[in-house]
Amino acid sequence: MKQVLESIENQFEMFQVLDENGEIVNKEHEPDLSDDDLKELMRRMVYTRVLDQRSIALNRQGRLGFYAPTAGQEASQLGSHYALEQEDFLLPAYRDVPQLIWQGLPLYQAFLFSRGHFHGNQFPEDVHGLSPQIIIGAQYTQTAGVALGLKKRGKQSVAVTYTGDGGTSQGDFYEGVNFAGAYNAPAIFFVQNNQFAISVPVEKQTNAKTLAQKAVAAGVEGYQVDGMDVLAVYAVTKKARERAVNGEGPTLIETVTYRYGPHTMAGDDPTRYRSDDLDNEWEKRDPLIRFRKYLEAKNLWSEEDENRVIEEAKEEIKAAIKKADDYPKQKVTDLIDIMHEELPSNLQEQMEEYREKESK
Amino acid sequence: MAQKTMIQAITDAMHHELKSDEDVLIFGEDVGQNGGVFRATEGLQDEFGEERVFDTPLAESGIGGLALGLALQGFRPVPEIQFIGFIYEAMDALNGQIARMRYRSGDSKSAPITVRTPFGGGVHTPELHADSLEGLIAQQPGFRVVVPSTPYDAKGLLISSIRNNDPVFFMEHMKLYRSFRGEVPDEEYTVELDKADVKRDGKDVTLIGYGAMVHTALKAAEELEQENIDAEVIDLRTISPIDTETIIESVKKTNRVVMIQEAQRQAGVAANVISEIQERAILHLEAPILRVTAPDTVYPFSQAEEVWLPNHKDVINKVYEVINF
Ligand SMILES: Cc1ncc(C[n+]2csc(CCOP(=O)(O)OP(=O)(O)O)c2C)c(N)n1
Repeated sequence: MKQVLESIENQFEMFQVLDENGEIVNKEHEPDLSDDDLKELMRRMVYTRVLDQRSIALNRQGRLGFYAPTAGQEASQLGSHYALEQEDFLLPAYRDVPQLIWQGLPLYQAFLFSRGHFHGNQFPEDVHGLSPQIIIGAQYTQTAGVALGLKKRGKQSVAVTYTGDGGTSQGDFYEGVNFAGAYNAPAIFFVQNNQFAISVPVEKQTNAKTLAQKAVAAGVEGYQVDGMDVLAVYAVTKKARERAVNGEGPTLIETVTYRYGPHTMAGDDPTRYRSDDLDNEWEKRDPLIRFRKYLEAKNLWSEEDENRVIEEAKEEIKAAIKKADDYPKQKVTDLIDIMHEELPSNLQEQMEEYREKESK
Repeated sequence: MAQKTMIQAITDAMHHELKSDEDVLIFGEDVGQNGGVFRATEGLQDEFGEERVFDTPLAESGIGGLALGLALQGFRPVPEIQFIGFIYEAMDALNGQIARMRYRSGDSKSAPITVRTPFGGGVHTPELHADSLEGLIAQQPGFRVVVPSTPYDAKGLLISSIRNNDPVFFMEHMKLYRSFRGEVPDEEYTVELDKADVKRDGKDVTLIGYGAMVHTALKAAEELEQENIDAEVIDLRTISPIDTETIIESVKKTNRVVMIQEAQRQAGVAANVISEIQERAILHLEAPILRVTAPDTVYPFSQAEEVWLPNHKDVINKVYEVINF
């Protein structure tokens, strides 16, 4: 009887390209990105950090609704997204609004989503995907379906989904990865391991040493990657995408990262379950700091560049909030209207009732 | 007597039961150190330790199955489902397994489990958090469904639920958690399950509700009093089974009924309550029984929540309709 657990677990090593000091530690895997691409990646990370700060402030002023902070996870979210194509289909979780925005969801619509207005979920035609999933795990099984559909249609694109460390405990997580494996479907499953599911640390979530190893049971490829290293996340995603479109099947990618802020803005207090020491330890690994150092060494980024992006972000956010404010308020009659293609009789009656109510 | 919020009363009840019965276990997502996202289990892990009050991995079906397994080992589990919208994940564990345990074992096993979950709307949550899904559980034979509307009832009903040897689905309206305080004795006490409560005496019309709608009904009754309409308000408290005795007694006195629920017209338990009344007391009715409910859409995106939720004006309108019939 051979015991294999330890040997399997030990084979999952965290993949890194750029260390905390912005030094390349894995030359062989340094992605082949142009200077413009590198600058664009940095621009997106800086922009998204500003968007996070502004969103938190706007939420506190009562000008945004539901919001799950993203700071700390930029490399994980944007490095992965940068390796995708416009035709790919995104199935994000509630924290993954940035990926949708960089895929082309207008900012004001992201704000309307936050405010609980369904126009936020009416995507432009060239943005393929779903609005952020609230039910943890649901997106994983759907991803298997989208991926199988892409395969059946002979498309050269992939289905890409995100969950957190907590999400890996759901049955849907295993079902989704297993289905995609069984159909050899072009899917990429991300687990953004930010160490906590609300208050529950990942050690209490599972006895597994890594979350990437969960791929093994489904017989699919799995990687653990430094989620604070944008180049590593990009490189792994790029490879997973190539494998998927080449018919080599799905990949599970664990990005090891951290969320600096509270779980959401609805009353979570991280001091109840995390120490300042832990926060500080992770902030030293900050994805922006290390990538900035890397770019500065290449003379590709300066303080002026940084400030320009910050100002640009602030301006665009301001304009988008204004546009969201101006968007017509959502009414109950609008909700009735979107329930079915054709209104059934009970809703026809209720439509009349609420029209009258709303006209008062 | 202490003035407490409903959430404090609920914590109190769990505290008593953890203390008085060492088989009581409390678990769920974030219920340990964090004290639950609404702080219902605040301080309980500190006092009773991780063996009795603990976090689970993030999986509602797992929580349901774990509860049933622990019950089979003689424990009295009190799992929390973090928000009502997540019961879909646990539906097989709840309706498929827990509710049927006594039956399928030929009465040789039982499932003394109390599943607690926040529900209801009006607090601007994202999708699938706020909802009134009580109908899904109330329609499952084998489950009792309990919905308190006051801090006093919450404590007494939760203690009764935990002590009951059959499964109870215990629903806590999110809007009532902290919106007001009420008298709650420090000592333990029980409130009888399966018994409705007359929250206001009246003779002209019976308003029946549960959860937050009891307060909507009471507010309507107060305004109606100005118009010399004397409304009786019944709080169902247990919505499966229905206490028809208390209801019929009231109907015989008032001869008019308005049934109020926050759930959509096609959901909840209103249709069942109305059916029970007409089967038992049709000759006592002076008017058809009318309903105040939410419309038959999916729970609204939060921006339209206020108009979507039934309010006391809707109740008053229906009262006039049954009075002027
Ligand atoms: C099915 C389901 N159960 C519970 C929740 C409540 N909830 C929202 S986020 C969360 C923790 C998720 O943690 P993780 O998967 O690690 O992702 P993170 O929020 O850290 O990005 C919980 C329990 C939910 N939204 N859906």
